[in-house]
Amino acid sequence: MTPPVVEMSGVGRVFAGPPRVEAVRDVDLTISQGEYLSIIGPSGSGKSTLLHLLGLLDRPSHGVYRLDGVDVSTLSERRRTRVRGERIGFVFQAFHLLPHRSVLENVELSMIYLRVPRRERTARAVATLERVGLGHRLDFDPITLSGGERQRVAIARALVAQPSLLLADEPTGNLDSGNAASVLALFDELHAEGLTLAVITHDDGVSGRAQRRVRIVDGVMADVEAEVVA
Amino acid sequence: MRRPRLPRRRAGGRQRLTRGGHRMRLRDLLGEALAGVAARPSRLALTTLGTVLGIAALVATIGLGQTAAGQITERFDQVAATRVTVAPGETDGPDGEVALTQLPWDAPERMKRLAGVASAGTFATVDVAGDPVRGVPYGTQEQTVPVAAASAGLFEALGARLSGGRFFDEGHDERGDAVVVLGRYAADRLGINRVDSQPSIFIGDRAFTVIGILDAVDYRTELQDSVIMPMTTARELYGLEAPEVLEVRTDLGAAQLIGRQAPIAIDPNNPDLLDVNAPPAPGSLRDNVSADVNGLFLALGGLALLVGGLGIANVTLLSVLERVSEIGLRRAVGAGRSHVAGQFLIESGIVGFLGGLIGSTVGVLATVGVSVVRDWTPLLDIRLALVAPLLGGLIGLAAGAYPAWRASAIEPIAALRSG
Ligand SMILES: Nc1ncnc2c1ncn2[C@@H]1O[C@H](COP(=O)(O)OP(=O)(O)OP(=O)(O)O)[C@@H](O)[C@H]1O
Ligand SMILES: [Mg+2]
Repeated sequence: MTPPVVEMSGVGRVFAGPPRVEAVRDVDLTISQGEYLSIIGPSGSGKSTLLHLLGLLDRPSHGVYRLDGVDVSTLSERRRTRVRGERIGFVFQAFHLLPHRSVLENVELSMIYLRVPRRERTARAVATLERVGLGHRLDFDPITLSGGERQRVAIARALVAQPSLLLADEPTGNLDSGNAASVLALFDELHAEGLTLAVITHDDGVSGRAQRRVRIVDGVMADVEAEVVA
Repeated sequence: MRRPRLPRRRAGGRQRLTRGGHRMRLRDLLGEALAGVAARPSRLALTTLGTVLGIAALVATIGLGQTAAGQITERFDQVAATRVTVAPGETDGPDGEVALTQLPWDAPERMKRLAGVASAGTFATVDVAGDPVRGVPYGTQEQTVPVAAASAGLFEALGARLSGGRFFDEGHDERGDAVVVLGRYAADRLGINRVDSQPSIFIGDRAFTVIGILDAVDYRTELQDSVIMPMTTARELYGLEAPEVLEVRTDLGAAQLIGRQAPIAIDPNNPDLLDVNAPPAPGSLRDNVSADVNGLFLALGGLALLVGGLGIANVTLLSVLERVSEIGLRRAVGAGRSHVAGQFLIESGIVGFLGGLIGSTVGVLATVGVSVVRDWTPLLDIRLALVAPLLGGLIGLAAGAYPAWRASAIEPIAALRSG
């Protein structure tokens, strides 16, 4: 039997300040293998903070976080960096693509710090870009791409290292509705293929696509409207 | 079609989250750094400028120094390297008068005792109180021919060669014999071209036997115009007070040493009163020529390098602040602090290396250019041209240290928030 991808119990994050901010309080959260979760909540409620904790970019002030069954709340920074690179894929609202580097190089970047050999890197990056429908844009500078294309490059970059968990923070925040729809359709497909996703949004249209929704208000994860779709 | 891979599971209770090795390949780090530098070509040009100037100044200075030294060494022949002369100097006496020292008559003998002296002899001009010099037969045209005195060793010390006859020896000198050796042009003027018939000349009404005619001398070419008699003869007949100059020929390489020992050997009581002229050591000659010019240029070059290094540090720091979101992204995809630091460090090292490479080229071209204009053979240690870019790289690395540290200290969550 496989443990859940994410198992958080009593996790909190306090910013010492001043002023002291309890951005995330006593969160218990489980994300199962292959689940598509959305996290909603008003601005400043602690969504991004929770995502940073989930993505090992930040360390909980208290509580226990198990990723793929292993307690990662006490790992050294070096180990956390390593686990992050191998197990987590990030998609940001602002894309964070490197300018002046080709689309292909941007995607390969995810494997550079994992010591994937060059040939394999290129082959996997090409395959993943084809998967997100950008096989014809390999040598483009990201600056010349549309917003929707840029976000798909970012998704390819997140996927190419074959993470356990894909984390997206407002992935459609900078996109028009048409591009947003195509990104969401891609998420649906990835979910159908078995990927575990957690998507942060304050757009109901976006959160409605998820299998399960949790709401966070003032750092407290309000009891979930546990409406299971499908 | 790609399928997202399921998380790795392993048999047994304990699970491992990572796959061994945790170091990024150096080649990939280099590749990322190169791409980072290449992404901003116009900035690169400005950043390298200081390093280019500094390295160019250093290379050109050293190159021109070597070239100039080479020209001197080429002209620096063996003959010049073995000549030492000693002349009496003057000092201010106690009552405001000028005190003169005199060379002793036995100065050549004193010198001969020093190891490293091949030959030594004294020279003086002789005042004959206006007595005319005439050839034989008596009564031919009077000539004003300069008269000189020499000790027997002078000829050898000056490397003199004869076209005929012999030099006078120590026996002639000691006895004060009335013999002379004629300089080549003096012989012409006096109408004497052979010595086998023992011709005579007259100075005033004193007769001298001509025993030899000079063909060539290495130094003191004025001897070619003169009538040369032994020292003792000049002293007894014309009241010569002292030799004017002592000529010494040393063994090769001994000139500097003999130059230092000569005054003590000749006048142990007042060695400071003698003017010694010895060739500089080849090394000190080279140093002298380049030292004054080099000092200035090396200082300027060093200053330019310092400014260049600060320039690189400044621009790299700017670049770190500009690329905060890139740093955050790299950390998100698995880069550790050391990877981030390493990348910025290598980037500034590359900038410094490029500056050094261009600067080295400019310096070599400057050396060649100046040499062509001055008609010199350009001489440049090729290792210098190779080491200079490395020096630039080192400066770049040093300049990148602080910005790299700043970059590595940036927290990923803060970095990803911005932009
Ligand atoms: N580094 C920090 N230091 C202090 N306070 C912080 C820090 N990061 C976040 N906070 C605070 O924690 C709270 C939650 O922030 P967070 O970014 O998680 O909100 P959010 O739900 O993502 O908001 P939005 O929808 O606007 O992105 C906010 O009040 C914020 O000011
Ligand atoms: Mg947020």
